[in-house]
Amino acid sequence: MLLNIQNLSVEFQTAGGMFRAVDGVDIQCERGEILSIVGESGSGKSVSMLAMMGLLPWTAKITADHMFFQDHDLLSMNKSAHRKIIGRDMAMIFQEPMSSLNPCFTVGFQIAEVLRLHFGMGRKERRKRSIELLDQVGIPAPETRLAAFPHQLSGGMSQRVMIAMALAGDPKLLIADEPTTALDVTIQAQILELLTGLQREKNMALILITHDMGVVAETAERVQVQYAGQKVEEQHVMELFNTPHHPYTAALLAALPERAEGRHLPSIPGVVPGQFDRPPACLFAPRCTRKKDDCDRAVVRQDANLGHALCNYPIRGGAT
Amino acid sequence: MTDTTNIKSARDVKRQMRRRMLADFWFYFSENRGAVIGLWVFVILVVVAVLAPLFAPHGPTEQFRDALLTPPVWQEGGEWKFLLGTDAVGRDMLSRLIYGARFSLFIGVVVVTLAVTGGVSVGLITGYFRGVLDTVIMRIMDIILAFPSLLLALVMVAILGPGLLNAMIAIAIVLQPQFVRLTRASVMNELGKDYVTSARVAGASPFYQMTRTILPNCLGPVTVQATLSFSNAILDAAALGFLGMGAQPPTPEWGTMLAEAREFILRAWWVVTFPGLAILITVLAINLMGDGLRDALDPKMKRS
Amino acid sequence: MSHPILQGTDLVRYYEVSKGLMKKPGLVKALDGASFTLSAGKTLAVVGESGCGKSTLARVVSMIEEPTSGKLLIDGQAAIVGSVENRKAVQIVFQDPYGSLNPRHKVGYILEEPLLLNTDMDGIARRKRAEETMERVGLRPEHYERYPHMFSGGQRQRIAIARALMLNPRVLVLDEPVSALDLSIQAQVLNILADLQTDLGLAYLFISHDLSVVKHIADDVMVMYLGKVVEAGAAKDVFGAPKHPYTEALLSATPIANPGHKKQRIMLRGELPSPLNPPEGCYFSPRCRFADDTCRATAPELETVGTVKVACFHRR
Repeated sequence: MLLNIQNLSVEFQTAGGMFRAVDGVDIQCERGEILSIVGESGSGKSVSMLAMMGLLPWTAKITADHMFFQDHDLLSMNKSAHRKIIGRDMAMIFQEPMSSLNPCFTVGFQIAEVLRLHFGMGRKERRKRSIELLDQVGIPAPETRLAAFPHQLSGGMSQRVMIAMALAGDPKLLIADEPTTALDVTIQAQILELLTGLQREKNMALILITHDMGVVAETAERVQVQYAGQKVEEQHVMELFNTPHHPYTAALLAALPERAEGRHLPSIPGVVPGQFDRPPACLFAPRCTRKKDDCDRAVVRQDANLGHALCNYPIRGGAT
Repeated sequence: MTDTTNIKSARDVKRQMRRRMLADFWFYFSENRGAVIGLWVFVILVVVAVLAPLFAPHGPTEQFRDALLTPPVWQEGGEWKFLLGTDAVGRDMLSRLIYGARFSLFIGVVVVTLAVTGGVSVGLITGYFRGVLDTVIMRIMDIILAFPSLLLALVMVAILGPGLLNAMIAIAIVLQPQFVRLTRASVMNELGKDYVTSARVAGASPFYQMTRTILPNCLGPVTVQATLSFSNAILDAAALGFLGMGAQPPTPEWGTMLAEAREFILRAWWVVTFPGLAILITVLAINLMGDGLRDALDPKMKRS
Repeated sequence: MSHPILQGTDLVRYYEVSKGLMKKPGLVKALDGASFTLSAGKTLAVVGESGCGKSTLARVVSMIEEPTSGKLLIDGQAAIVGSVENRKAVQIVFQDPYGSLNPRHKVGYILEEPLLLNTDMDGIARRKRAEETMERVGLRPEHYERYPHMFSGGQRQRIAIARALMLNPRVLVLDEPVSALDLSIQAQVLNILADLQTDLGLAYLFISHDLSVVKHIADDVMVMYLGKVVEAGAAKDVFGAPKHPYTEALLSATPIANPGHKKQRIMLRGELPSPLNPPEGCYFSPRCRFADDTCRATAPELETVGTVKVACFHRR
């Protein structure tokens, strides 16, 4: 298994105490697989990946039973060994391409930086490879773009440059954190096509973090649903959309405007629990239509044929 | 959803909210040890200054002819009557320092009030209206900033005549451009926000927009700058006093005390050192406090 | 058939952009001729991607800015920027729930401000009205004393909607009101908007780039590209049988939340041209797969084809 994370928890020191942003989440990914982590704000989907990449601030406390990437134990690694993997075998692209690139340096410089740090390439080699990479991500006339500054590029172009930088290390795993949310829908289509094409070509694992169920439906193979920092369901994409087992997943799908029947959308009452109003057992219980009294005392995780749902009364079979 | 146990009266919510905001602020402020120490020192200073007659063993201008230049109590020749010694005309140092605190605080408050009121108003107007007015005023501010502040204050006092009030006015004018700049930058930043557009479209007059919509959002950096200007004001007033252009003797203002003590540096170190120390400690305390205040108010440093 | 409350004719808004000290200022044709009618109880959706002019249209219609040319009629009367009557008729809800409320004002004050500035209601009457409106959008009475940062995105958007309702408008201009919200919260807010429309007979000008939302709520739709309207008509006609290649591409690019749905995606080549330097002829021609020399030479006019209006020489 390429990536094996078990029982990952991330807590942040805040003015009001410790806040648990990620609560006992498992993430597994095989080589060449497309896993999508989907959830709304507060689900901890980005934080889990940032924790793995070591990109969280010092106020974060990260604990896990297991955090293995290709036989490397990420938890016990020292910083320099960790740095050899990050950006090379494991790469990440972010949501806001306009602000993810350093505005003070040219595009060429930033791509070359990855090549210099991880491969120690000489200048000529770096230039050649940079042009190759820009070409791979579909940027026309790449030689001319090397000298461009990020503010001279559009959102779609910047995201392509980010992807090129991520690919520079020839990664086995690419994590894309809401890569198309800030982009127009026609550009989004182009970027998703690019990502899936590259993924196929290089047999790269792709973890796609998103809140857009449409993107999930069209891109993912396996889907993991997160809510309030916990993993609440995991299934293959077809099964997830046809037979969701966790009430949250079902409610989320029902709230999609395209599944609406009539003027009213079935919305989920209430809000995601924050730092101060966490329910005692099942975090979704206060908003769940299927809740019973024991949901406030303990919650069980179902097994694979019920989508690993974190629910005492999962939805079995067809629609609710 | 609607939990009946949690319906609170509006007043309770208000109180609870205020408490939470204060607690939040204190959490970030108290992380900075220096800031907390600065705060305590400042508080002590204020208390001492306000209750000066209680703390001071003697009057500030009371002369003891038979105890001229008495050293502090721990040195040979010192007396318990004059803990920190006396100066050349027999006035008790400790009492003078304590009353001097009143002056320093007074100077700080008056100067900062003048500078803030003037500076923020001008900043609001130039930031909001822009155009020629903005250009002219900002160039004037640039000119003021181009001069060394003390020199400019000195020139103004020379024109207006020496004295504490004129010194305060001069220093306020010299400190004002910082506030103009800060406020103007904040205002220009705020003008792009949707809620300002909302207010404008709702029919708010420019005056309303400037004072009720924009101004409350500019106060963070202004508060921090005000704290730092407080200490600058004290320093500048002390400098002017030292040069004989500020408070005139026998006023127990720390800078003026330093001026009078110049000739005694070698003979009677305590007449020079203690006023200097008082200035140092006060300015340091305020600066530390200002630092902590800035960190506590800066939203980017927030962690929740 | 309700009479139109709002009518826009050939609305145009140009911006001058300085290109540097020595150069002549450039002209950004942010909005280049939009016409529409809006009736009570109906929703007109304006869709398009960045730079298409939909936000500019929103600002012109809600009288935040004056159009460079063109007419805007509210209830048959010409709209004047700054007029109190017009202000009471048309209100706007902004996109960013985190930037549209003054962080230093309490919710109660935010809601009462429009009344304070435009009516002579006294404090008690204002408060009562604020509390009524709060209830209408699903906020609780104790929220009156709170500051915006204590609320979530969805709740802030409700406050923004409540504020827009305070002057009893007939038209709400909603500039991407749910784009920044989570899916489940989006559903809540859309429901509130639907209820308000039914209860109060409001007309909505709904700006969005999210076609799935638009398909759900729009009665009529206007598709814009680089400042021009390329297709307009009843939502079911435009979405059911799109005639403009851009509308087609837009629909095709929107992801469908159905993994079994096989889609032949129409990929648009290239990027959006710079608004400072739009292409000759039809603005869409550089990216259009049907483009020919006519398209590149002359800009097509908006013409009625059946039940919709299209601006394309190759309308299908």
